[in-house]
Amino acid sequence: MTKQTQTAVKKPTAVDENADVAIEIIGMNKWFGDFHVLRDIDLKVMKGERIVIAGPSGSGKSTLIRCINRLEEHQQGQIIVDGTELTSDIKKIDEVRREVGMVFQHFNLFPHLSILENCTLAPIWVRGVPKAEAEETAMHYLERVKIPEQALKYPGQLSGGQQQRVAIARSLCMNPQIMLFDEPTSALDPEMIKEVLDVMVSLAEDGMTMLVVTHEMGFARQVANQVVFMDQGQIVEQNNPEDFFSNPQHERTKEFLSQILH
Amino acid sequence: MAKNNLAYVRTEIVPESPAPNLSKGILGWMKNNLFSSISNTIMTILGALFLMWVLPPIYGFLFGNAVWPGEGVTVEDCRAKGAGACWAYIDDRMTFFIYGFFPKDAYWVTQEGFIASIMQYWRVNAVFAVGTLLIVPLMWPDLKYKLLNSILFFVVYPVFVFYMLTGGVFGLEEVPTVKWGGLTVTLIIGLVGIVVSLPLGIILALGRQSKMPIIKSFCIMFIEVWRAVPLITVLFMASVMLPLFMPVGMTIDKLLRALVGVSLFSAAYMAEVVRGGLQALPKGQSEAAASLGLNYWKSMGFIILPQALKHVIPGIVNSFIALFKDTSLVAIVGIFDLLRATQIANLNLDWASKNQAISGYIFAAAIFWLFCFGMSRYSIMMERRLDTGHKN
Repeated sequence: MTKQTQTAVKKPTAVDENADVAIEIIGMNKWFGDFHVLRDIDLKVMKGERIVIAGPSGSGKSTLIRCINRLEEHQQGQIIVDGTELTSDIKKIDEVRREVGMVFQHFNLFPHLSILENCTLAPIWVRGVPKAEAEETAMHYLERVKIPEQALKYPGQLSGGQQQRVAIARSLCMNPQIMLFDEPTSALDPEMIKEVLDVMVSLAEDGMTMLVVTHEMGFARQVANQVVFMDQGQIVEQNNPEDFFSNPQHERTKEFLSQILH
Repeated sequence: MAKNNLAYVRTEIVPESPAPNLSKGILGWMKNNLFSSISNTIMTILGALFLMWVLPPIYGFLFGNAVWPGEGVTVEDCRAKGAGACWAYIDDRMTFFIYGFFPKDAYWVTQEGFIASIMQYWRVNAVFAVGTLLIVPLMWPDLKYKLLNSILFFVVYPVFVFYMLTGGVFGLEEVPTVKWGGLTVTLIIGLVGIVVSLPLGIILALGRQSKMPIIKSFCIMFIEVWRAVPLITVLFMASVMLPLFMPVGMTIDKLLRALVGVSLFSAAYMAEVVRGGLQALPKGQSEAAASLGLNYWKSMGFIILPQALKHVIPGIVNSFIALFKDTSLVAIVGIFDLLRATQIANLNLDWASKNQAISGYIFAAAIFWLFCFGMSRYSIMMERRLDTGHKN
């Protein structure tokens, strides 16, 4: 596994105690058929907080963050995002999705649209932003992820790392309050992981509320306020990164960390 | 002692060099494709002999010994021993192949010359001309004003065609659809079928994937029923059974019934082709669209359908081509399409000769081939154009 380079990144400041709640999950349960994937999940994320969710594959961490913008439906409990509770009400789901950006493991760029069109489609057709303004915003975020020169190319012409950076820019163009990352570096060549992590670190420095499912423990150490460790659909341990890595409490956590940190 | 050193550092880049000569050019191609082994060489020689045996007679029949139209060419030339295809007969009956029994314009029939021969059928010819003028820019990818063009072609043009051909208004002579025929009818059925079946097929395919049970089961039922019935049965039912259920005195035009039958029939096939394209798309595409806040219709319109339809262009055009050729089945319910017109013309005693019928059929086949080949080429061009180099 690739170690996050310890550049001189300023450690994001601790979150204000009185900050607003961004996401609140209360007693949430989910089943796939008879399989109980998520069990009694309770999680509170404050605005500006950066949570890293770790755990073995099949532990339900991806499903958890997919529930937050209702790509998966939960059957029990409550998920409240930015004051809006997720129910089967389509309007509320769309409202939440407009405010929550998501970055996928396999980028999921739209291959039939140019990079610029990928970034402007949603602002134009969901937010009603004029085309010129949307393009300006898109170019701003493409510069931020350091690939403005690729704007007129198609996703198929870009490397994996570039595509993932475009995917991040595409989400940012909707000006989201919260960003969800579902294993953003797992499908990348080792040489390209850093360029994506760098973008995520700079987002964190700007105070974006982030939920990141990842195996990049270096990233977790560097930017997370909290690390959540999941196994078999449950939150097994949750702590700040220093204590989580140096002094894990639960047996399962110790076993997991000994497997991946060597 | 020799030092066995495995360490190696490259000091210079190997320059690019051209491929060896034998793999290029005509000679290279022939060596690779025709004479690459002994068995291939034998097959090549046998193939060449077969072509030498078969091609000259075919050429002789179609061109060399064929009877071409011209001054003083009569049916006797076609009856002569050794005569090939009787193209003079095709030329003589050309208007029947194209217009069927559509009445000639009373004024222009008394005139002579090339202009008069076109103006005798000016109503049908105007339909052809306007249709060509609208469809060419519509299919030309780089031209602008596509929306205006589409409205003209899909909304205004059908109305124009209807009044132009049926008449009864603006002093035009009324022409019932039973008098329409030949290529005109083939093109009308083919075009209406194509234009109706694609959007209907898309709606059915989306409906089949719907989460709403009533819509879903209706679409599945529609598709499965129409696909499970032969087109001939559909046409027979439409022309024989339907009138039995109608109130006395009420009739629906026979051509209209055939149009509806053919359109719905091919819509069911189209729905399955489109569904194939929808299923080929990774789930991530709709998830990405949803996570950006696009609702169902926007996600379908901007993200899913453009990709799904692009994937199944070969299947769609396959359906179009099948539909275009299947239009000849309407002959069995008494509609004079191109093939039926050919059959009727072949019975004409004025040109009775050994090769009359086969000349007629070759001509009809060539016309069908021309349109189908055109569709095929156009689809290949569109596929290349829409390819953005991503295998997602």
